[in-house]
Amino acid sequence: MVVLPVSRGREGAGGLTGMWRIKRPVVDSSKCTKCHLCWLFCPEGVVRRGSKGEVWIVYEFCKGCGICAEVCAAHAIKMVREV
Amino acid sequence: MVGHQGITETFTLKSLTDEEYLLPGNAACPGCAAVMAMRIGLKALGPRTVLIVPACCMSVAQGHYPKTPSKVPVFNTAFAASAATASGIRAALEMKGITDVYVVCWAGDGGTADIGIQSLSGAAERGDDLIYICYDNEAYMNTGTQRSSSTSEGARTTTTITGKAERKKDVPGIMMAHRIPYVATACASYPLDFANKLRRAVSIKGTRYIHLLSPCPPGWRYPSEKTVEVGRLAVETGAWILYEWTGGRCRLTGPSSGLADRSRRRPLEEYLRIQGRFSEADPSKIEAMKKRIDEEWEMILELCKG
Ligand SMILES: Cc1ncc(C[n+]2csc(CCOP(=O)(O)OP(=O)(O)O)c2C)c(N)n1
Ligand code: SF4
Ligand SMILES: [Mg+2]
Repeated sequence: MVVLPVSRGREGAGGLTGMWRIKRPVVDSSKCTKCHLCWLFCPEGVVRRGSKGEVWIVYEFCKGCGICAEVCAAHAIKMVREV
Repeated sequence: MVGHQGITETFTLKSLTDEEYLLPGNAACPGCAAVMAMRIGLKALGPRTVLIVPACCMSVAQGHYPKTPSKVPVFNTAFAASAATASGIRAALEMKGITDVYVVCWAGDGGTADIGIQSLSGAAERGDDLIYICYDNEAYMNTGTQRSSSTSEGARTTTTITGKAERKKDVPGIMMAHRIPYVATACASYPLDFANKLRRAVSIKGTRYIHLLSPCPPGWRYPSEKTVEVGRLAVETGAWILYEWTGGRCRLTGPSSGLADRSRRRPLEEYLRIQGRFSEADPSKIEAMKKRIDEEWEMILELCKG
């Protein structure tokens, strides 16, 4: 077998980075204005936007940086301690 | 035309693709502006892109073999060699008759302003068909925050413990002196401004250079959630000027276009105080920094007069 020093595009190349998180972002959909700034600024690409403009977070890889909560003008995202 | 399928639309929050080319679970620090900008940059460039990355945080961020977060091919090259590697990849693509691929270097400030400047200057002088993006976190971050020539004056690093004495090297100015067709500055806190600069860059042939300010929570010493705010303050205080230069014509972009008048800028202290790295900057140092910022503005405004 020939082993090539070539990596393939996959999620979790740095591991299960959701385990790094100290605080988790929680979206209050009743406050969300669907402006998608959280989606735009998430460094990790773990904020997803759906066909109706709704947003949700992929917790498996969210590192809990807190940027989404900061950029949300409607204060619809709260950072909640994991433990 | 070689390598330019062309992006014609103006990017807006709506029109940026939902497709992710930089996949979740990479190894960058929480709140890293460099991956924030790379995610947006790849959305703007699309799948027909080859990245060339020298030793820097963006090579570390790629994580562990056999995975990589990038859906586009990445060529990891030696610290000094990004632009030369890109020239070679462009030549190889041409030999193979492949004309619809963007060749893009994505290098740190150390890999650009210090060790990589000779290969970058060489490629620019030859006019090689590539886009070079320097993401500038203003130090050698993945090796533990040592100063680079692009570190801000006054900033504390592990090798400038009382704050850097020298001024920041003006790499975009060096690139303009090469008379390449496109030079721009950007900041990770203004993703659409950055995406639209890439849109302009791909419509031009030759060597194109974008210098992207990239706040770094551990290196600049601020909490991870403040990344966007820190970058915005860099621009709103005038410490970082957003502009683009095309064939001798310069224009201010984004919030910078309203900041030519110094009285419109926020006080520099607002940008400095939000970060721990400027804790050694005393009032006389801050005055000196303000003077340099005024000089930068004068130079850019002179270029904008045409
Ligand atoms: C020739 C050479 N010297 C030193 C190193 C060690 N090294 C790897 S990355 C790096 C600093 C990179 O700094 P920068 O380009 O600013 O990228 P950052 O880590 O800040 O993203 C150094 C010194 C190397 N890989 N090769
Ligand atoms: S050290 Fe700074 S630039 Fe490097 S990965 Fe961490 S946050 Fe990003
Ligand atoms: Mg750096």
